[in-house]
Amino acid sequence: MSEHLVPTKTYIGIFVALLLLTALTTGIAYVDLGAWNTVAALAIAMVKMLLVVLFFMHVKYSSGLTKVFILAGVLFFAILVTLTLADELTRHWSPTPSGWGALLPFSTRFY
Amino acid sequence: MAVQQPHPPGFAHQFEDMQQQREAGSLGMWVFLLTELMFFGGLFASYIIYRALYLPSFEIGSHLLEVEFGALNTAVLIGSSLTMALAIRSAQVGRRGAQVGFLMATMILGAAFLFFKFTFEWHHDYIEHLVPGFGFVIRPEWGAAGAHVPLFFCFYFFMTGLHALHMIIGLGILTVLSVMAHRGRFNPAYYSPLEVSGLYWHFVDIVWIFLFPLLYLIGGRYIGGGH
Repeated sequence: MSEHLVPTKTYIGIFVALLLLTALTTGIAYVDLGAWNTVAALAIAMVKMLLVVLFFMHVKYSSGLTKVFILAGVLFFAILVTLTLADELTRHWSPTPSGWGALLPFSTRFY
Repeated sequence: MAVQQPHPPGFAHQFEDMQQQREAGSLGMWVFLLTELMFFGGLFASYIIYRALYLPSFEIGSHLLEVEFGALNTAVLIGSSLTMALAIRSAQVGRRGAQVGFLMATMILGAAFLFFKFTFEWHHDYIEHLVPGFGFVIRPEWGAAGAHVPLFFCFYFFMTGLHALHMIIGLGILTVLSVMAHRGRFNPAYYSPLEVSGLYWHFVDIVWIFLFPLLYLIGGRYIGGGH
């Protein structure tokens, strides 16, 4: 059998790192960084996701085939978001709610 | 008379060996999880767009959520992912009692998550008239942005509700796994049901890892109250 046995210490280490990142992202939310608040929150979430995927879900030790499948799935999710946003950001075809007054250009509100 | 080699327990004869069987199982589960990614992805994409369109309303909505419970539940869910990973590890090293123990711990943490979510957060939202369709009250202090606060709460309840549904299904799966583990169905060569269920559980954890900042944090907590 060639399955990889991850040491318990590694799992505990990942767990502690995830808890610290949760505390960090919660703390950062109370500091005014402007648009960077969103960037920081999502970047920390990405790091946490990678830790879970690579270690808890054993992808670090998985076959290349599995990794290619996962990357393909993530790519299609990126296409879903990017192309939907490309329409929304460039065409201004979303209905304007009444009573909202003059709307700022979409790009300045998008952060 | 040819003597047939007995199959190892849990081995399906269409596979070359146990390792190939295990890899095929994991790959199949990943394909399912990627369809789940697209399933949740539609909600995430629409959330991003409507947040950009009605940012002030979404910030007001985000302020009304209790970040303490969000953070606590994140920690609880991360803990359940740890115990799930350790349950699989126990099967890999052939410890039956530890498998059942860690699976039980995972279920307790998962149930704790749902308990906090329903009894404290959702119930509180209901009392505060923040559930769209169930007596939602737009407060005058929200001003013009108040008109679209219900939209934020629609997203909040759909996203956390869909996530909670996945958790409930996960608890059902864990119940079955606990019984199987107790009966000694898993061994170091065969533990695929544990492995693929673990992948599902961790995926649900990852969905929450993104829901927590999107719903609770990026509404600009530093403004202080907001409502």
